[in-house]
Formats: sequence, structure tokens, C-alpha cells
Amino acid sequence: MTPNHRHNGPCCESDCHRLCCTKIEKFAATFGNKNIFQDVNLHIHCGELTALIGTNGSGKSTLLKAILGEVDHSGTLEYLDEKGARSGNPLIGYVPQYLNFDLSTPTSVFDLFMACLTRIPSWLFAPRHVRNRVMQSLEKVKAGHLIDRRLGALSGGELQRIMLALALEPIPDLLLLDEPVSGIDKNGLELFYTIVSDLRKNYDLSIILVSHDLDLVARYADRVVLLDKTIICNGTPEEVFADQRTRKIFGMLVGP
Amino acid sequence: MLESWYGMVDFFLPFSWLGHSFMKNAFLAVLLVTPLFGLLGTMVVSNRMAFFSDSLGHGAFTGIAIGVLLGGIKPLVAIVTFSIFFAILITVIKNKSRLSTDTIIGVFSSTAIALGLMIMSRGGSFAKFSSYLIGDLLSITPSEIGMLIGVFIGVILLWLTIFNQLLVISIHSSLAASRGMNTVAMEICFAVALAVIVAISIQWVGLLIINSMLVLPAAAARNITVNVRQYHLVSVLVAVFSGVTGLVLSYYWNTATGATIVLVAAILVFLSFAFRSRVTG
Repeated sequence: MTPNHRHNGPCCESDCHRLCCTKIEKFAATFGNKNIFQDVNLHIHCGELTALIGTNGSGKSTLLKAILGEVDHSGTLEYLDEKGARSGNPLIGYVPQYLNFDLSTPTSVFDLFMACLTRIPSWLFAPRHVRNRVMQSLEKVKAGHLIDRRLGALSGGELQRIMLALALEPIPDLLLLDEPVSGIDKNGLELFYTIVSDLRKNYDLSIILVSHDLDLVARYADRVVLLDKTIICNGTPEEVFADQRTRKIFGMLVGP
Repeated sequence: MLESWYGMVDFFLPFSWLGHSFMKNAFLAVLLVTPLFGLLGTMVVSNRMAFFSDSLGHGAFTGIAIGVLLGGIKPLVAIVTFSIFFAILITVIKNKSRLSTDTIIGVFSSTAIALGLMIMSRGGSFAKFSSYLIGDLLSITPSEIGMLIGVFIGVILLWLTIFNQLLVISIHSSLAASRGMNTVAMEICFAVALAVIVAISIQWVGLLIINSMLVLPAAAARNITVNVRQYHLVSVLVAVFSGVTGLVLSYYWNTATGATIVLVAAILVFLSFAFRSRVTG
């Protein structure tokens, strides 16, 4: 058994036929001659929060973009539901790391939701039924009071919750969260993790989280994947954080 | 059809500045074209595309020169065709290249203007093109007004169809892509709409200030609004108000209409700064 597969443990091909699951197989991406990552195989079960960790340049963000289909890559991405009845491309919800928009832009939270969810021109109308729907959606992440706030006036944590609510409309098969490196206070992060954790249970979601906060990962993730050009280590938080390779990559800063 | 417009103006707006039929034509043209500048300008400013829209003016200028060089075809056909080609070219290359957007636009913009100037100055005949630098709104003809009505309807329909997607793309293009939006196609649609508006208006507004018509109303509006509906409403109102006021003032002061319109809009932008803190906090 190669070290790379030692921690794959219970997640194997046969499992996917009984549970709903997103299968990533043989993912590889190159940039010119440079390998960004290769031979990435991941099975993500519904109701599981999988945290993707790794240093800068380990290929985390590119892997996320490859799953989104924004970066050219080889390999397959397949979604299977619990009965094996529906399969194919998963419906992906995406929470980006940063929103690189003009902070003074006159666009409210409601405007963004309406533009994403309907074809009714949002520059002319703001129908009551759309507003109710957006409000319900925002309540899921405890952000109903932000509905008329300008996007540029939101704090980092508020923006992250808003984007999470948006990614849940409609409920996706796979939720991709790219956590910001900075700009969110500790309380904001805790709240975010609590909400994500609840969502995973309530909606039986598969979640991939790119995270930089190993402390929170250790507490909330079901599975941790350490990436460094390929999957180095894959298992429960205890297993991964106890592993020598993890400790080496993160310079022993990780608690046991 | 234009006769009934003349009748309406004489009945409802019996002002001396609207006495001549060229002023009635210009008035109608202002009412048709300024709302479009107000609408499209919102996205130009939100996407920080002011430099891009500026380069479209340069592209249109080259279109004029090429039209002259080819001869035989109507200048407007050459201007619109070349502007659309130019807009698509920049948008596609911008999406493929790793160079910064500013650099790419700068390269194309200066190439276009240089080519245009070279062709126009051939044989020392540049003087007859100088009207395109300043523009002349009062020269608008009834058939051009007919065309403006068509463009007006086209742009409104386009905006009803693609605005939601453009808004999401302007906030985050990966987010838009993850929701199944074709970001490049939308960008091209918007670029083409801008190119058409700039190309047909350049003869009335002039190359030197056409970009201000797109940028100023939206710049004034964004200072005092908090959502997209207010943003559009105020931007369009500022554009139309500047257009009409500028037209009237230019009539009495005997100044270039385009420049007078832009100056009114600029004053409104300065006023909007004064109100800014009160509204958006």
C-alpha cells in the first residue's frame, strides 16, 4: 500500500453506489510546463465537510477552479445520488474568496440575489415575491437584516454569509467554499463555521472548504485533505494532523 | 411621423428655442440618445470601463477614416461596422491575454487613432474631418432620427435581457460562471451595444467628449444611490436633464451643444459629491 492511499480508509469506489457522492478522479492541471497538481482522486460523500489544506502554491485554489470548470484540466468529475438514479455534472454552489468589486457600487444585497435568481430585470422592478424569497434565503445564514445594505458596506464576515446564502439557492450537490485568508474576525469565522456545519446536516450537503485556519478545521471538518501538488494525506482531522508529513509541511505549528 | 412630433412640440412646448425645426429634431435626438448613455453608463462606471469606452470613440474615429478611404459606402455604415469589430477584438484579446486590461486597451486605442489620423491627413485634408472632434447635434436629419428610434428600442430590449447577468459578472465573474452564465458572451454583447451607441453619436457629440456622456451621469448617480433601481433612475434623469439643459443653453449662448451638455452633467457630478455623505453614509 502506498502512503498516499493509506488514509483513504472507508471511502472507496463501492461506497459510492450506496451513498450520494461526488467523485473526482485523476484530476491534473498544468500551467505551461509546470504541474499545478496531478493524480488527485477524491470521493466526497453527502453530509461531509471536507477541508482542503495546504501551503501557498500547493494547488488548492487551482483545484477549486478546476472543479468549477474554470481551469483546463484532465480527469473526471461525477455526481451520483443515493439511488444511483441521477448522475453527471454536479450542481455546484460556490462561495468565492474575495469579491473584487468597486466598493462604492450602488448594488444592494437584494439586487445581487435578484440578478442571480431571476430573469426579471432588476434595474426596473423589485417584486414582492422575489423579496420574500431572498429574505427566506438570507434568514438561513442569519442575515435577513442585511437585505437592503449596499454590498460595499458589508463587513468581511457578513459578505461571506451572504455569498453562502446565495450558493444555497438552489440547494447544490456540491458546495465549494474558498475561505478568505484575512479580513474576517474570529467571531465572524466561528459563526460561519457553525452555519456551514448545520447546513451540512440539514441539507445533507457535500462541502469542500479551502481553509487556512487549521484550528477551526480541526474542530469542524469531517475529513481533511492535505494537498501539495497531489494528495499527500487524506483522513479524519485527528489522523491528518497527527501525520508526520502534515507536521513537516506546516512546520510543527499544528497541535496534536 | 416627424410632423406630428413638430405639432406636439409647438402645442405643449411653445418656447422660442424650439421654434426652428432643426431644434425640434435635435431635441428629439437628445430625448432618445441621452437615456441610453445614462443606462449603459451605469455599467461602464461599475466595471471601471471608462478607458474602454474612451477607446471606442477612437475606434469610431478610425471607422470614419476607413469609410472615406473605401468610398462608395455611407460613412455611418463604416463607422458602426468598424466600431463593433474594434470592440469585439479588444474584448476577446483582453480575455485571452495575461497583459493588464489597461495596457491592451491603450495599445489598440492608440493604434486606432494613429491609423485614423494618418488616413485623414493624407494630402493635407484633415480640416474637413475636424467636425468629428467636436460634433454637431444641430445637423441631425429626420432619417437619422428614424435610425435613433430603432437603436433606442434595441438597447432597451438588450438591457431588459442581459442586465441581471452583467450585474453578477461585474460583482464576481467566477461566481457568474458557477451559475451557468456565459461571461465572455455577455461582455461582448455589452461591448457591442456600447460601440454602436458611441459610433452613431460621435458625429453629433464629437470624439473629444463622447466618453463623458457615458461616464458623468452614472458617476453623479452612484454618489447618491444605494441600489440598482435608484442608480439607473438617477443616471437616466441626470443624462436627460443635462441633455435638454445643454441643448437650450447652447442655443442661447451659441456654443457647441455636446460640450455644453457635458458641462451641465459635470456640474451635477460636483453637486452629487456634496450630497454623497448624507445618502450612502
